[in-house]
Amino acid sequence: MSVFLQAVVDAASVGGIFALMALGIGLIFGIVRLVNFAHGEFVMIGGYTVLVLAGAPTAAVIAATLIVVVVLALGVERVAFRPLRGAAMPTLLVGSFAVSYFIQHVVMMSYGGNTVGVDFLPQLSESIAFGGVEAPALQLVTIAVTVALLAGLAYGLKATQFGIDMRAAAEDLRMARLLGVRTNLVIALAFAISGLMAGAVAIVYVAEIGVLRPRMGVQPALIGFVATVVGGMGSLLGAVVGGFLIGIITVVLQIVLPLELRDFRDAFLFGTLFLILLVRPQGLIVVRWARERV
Amino acid sequence: MAAPGRRDAVLRWLWTPAIIMALLLAIGVLASIGPGSLQRTVTDALIKLIVVAGLYIFIGNTGVISFGHTAFMAIGAYMSAWLTMTPALKRIRFSDLPELIATTQLPVLAAAPISAAAAALVALVVGVPLMRLSGISASIGTFAMLAVVVAVYGNWSGLTGGKSSLVGVPVETDLWLALLWASVAIVIAWTFQRSRTGLLLRGSREDLVAARASGVDVHRLRLAAFVVSAFVVGLGGHAYAHFLGVLSVDAFFLDITFITIGMLVIGGMNSLSGAALGVILVSVLLELVRRAEAGMSVAGIEVPSLPGLSQVVLAVVMLLILVFRPAGLMGDREIAPPGARRAST
Repeated sequence: MSVFLQAVVDAASVGGIFALMALGIGLIFGIVRLVNFAHGEFVMIGGYTVLVLAGAPTAAVIAATLIVVVVLALGVERVAFRPLRGAAMPTLLVGSFAVSYFIQHVVMMSYGGNTVGVDFLPQLSESIAFGGVEAPALQLVTIAVTVALLAGLAYGLKATQFGIDMRAAAEDLRMARLLGVRTNLVIALAFAISGLMAGAVAIVYVAEIGVLRPRMGVQPALIGFVATVVGGMGSLLGAVVGGFLIGIITVVLQIVLPLELRDFRDAFLFGTLFLILLVRPQGLIVVRWARERV
Repeated sequence: MAAPGRRDAVLRWLWTPAIIMALLLAIGVLASIGPGSLQRTVTDALIKLIVVAGLYIFIGNTGVISFGHTAFMAIGAYMSAWLTMTPALKRIRFSDLPELIATTQLPVLAAAPISAAAAALVALVVGVPLMRLSGISASIGTFAMLAVVVAVYGNWSGLTGGKSSLVGVPVETDLWLALLWASVAIVIAWTFQRSRTGLLLRGSREDLVAARASGVDVHRLRLAAFVVSAFVVGLGGHAYAHFLGVLSVDAFFLDITFITIGMLVIGGMNSLSGAALGVILVSVLLELVRRAEAGMSVAGIEVPSLPGLSQVVLAVVMLLILVFRPAGLMGDREIAPPGARRAST
């Protein structure tokens, strides 16, 4: 029983990070049809912000990191993505490669390409025992942060005017504009929220892995992107489901794979995702308006 | 013009690939009289051109973005390495190789079609289910395929050397061989694009529903494009393996995927001329910034070396091209014969 509970906690904390990544990517895709590969670099910049501010009070570090990443996301939207708005998907995609490449190498110019250690919130790696399970406090914090952000976003989208505007823009950007939704504002807001998610991921991710390098955001962004598609492109619930699903598959594979096959875990993970896509090409959660129109 | 219609049509058919190949030949001849470092750079660019032409056969004709074609490059490269290395070396390093491959050694040229065919075969098997998907799901499906291939090749020590590099691949791809394979890739891409299959696919790319309603079996045609493009990309992998002489799986993952897709989109993903132009332009840019990065003196002023600066400049230039020409440099046009109205694609 405790093995099972342990696995649940693992899956929830790993999946939580993926879910937040997927949500940050899915939010932007839903509105501007942009697959933002630079989302990983938002996380990376958040990580380096923690490094720069090392030694300051924890609350200040967290606040500053979130602010820096949100400002970065808004800046990228204004400078790079707004001029590209309305272009075909491949163009947007390569545009986001370029942005991601740009940010990585700016950091490389200042800090070099090698890994840098950062010791952020070391007290969180101590374990907490409860109900027969022993988990690092950080895992619990990750789960709590995920739940809080998801609940906040869900409330914001359902109950505030901005949320309603945003959902309208996601459904049909042009129609929403005709009906008086200020699209520039809504898109900027989406990037700000996306940046906030990336900042939150940066904080828990850096506390967990303890090292930084310019390319650290690439892997989580790719997994987040896959999660968005497997969950159902255009559906925010789908993004969350996809993220947690990848977390669950990862943890289950780690447990059930025999030792000699454990190196091949990623092959099994992506093989499984491939099969899921074949069975549900539209993703797990299909949104009516996300289907191709005739 | 009252010229004989048939000869005219043949000439018009030949024009685009002939111009592209003449351009490549000119670049090759210029490079061959240059220093060795320049020859290597141009050879590397020509190999990228093989891969991008292969990528174009799928992406350009179907309109579906693939993130996974680098997998075919890896398959072609490793297959060719296994076929051409000495049996003695293979015995020591690769215990899991099938007996037939472990004991035979082929000349590099003979290994080329086999390596490409291996990639095409994998594409056929994976493509049968995968081509049922479309749009972004298909893109992610191809990426999942790449991730699986990289995870398997990167960890199966008895087959690829796993995390350590595979050394001892005969180095034979020089400027002229790369030029030859690039020309083959251009001809295959052009022939496919102008074939019945290619034209039907291009129709389905513009309007999937209309094509289906007209009885076009999009699934089968896409599968054909997938297999042909994997063949060409596998050929590129073969050329790359015998260019590097050392293989590691990391060389076949994200970097090369991004750069080849970038080249294609910047040149214009709906045009073969665009694909070639994108490779040339991005290669020149890459080389310029690489030289600038090493530090230099311009008009007596020392520019200090700054690792990373070159890539920053490259990223900005790419972004500017995309902002001002969202459909790529060529859009959907091909290099057309003078006097022709605009080559249809």
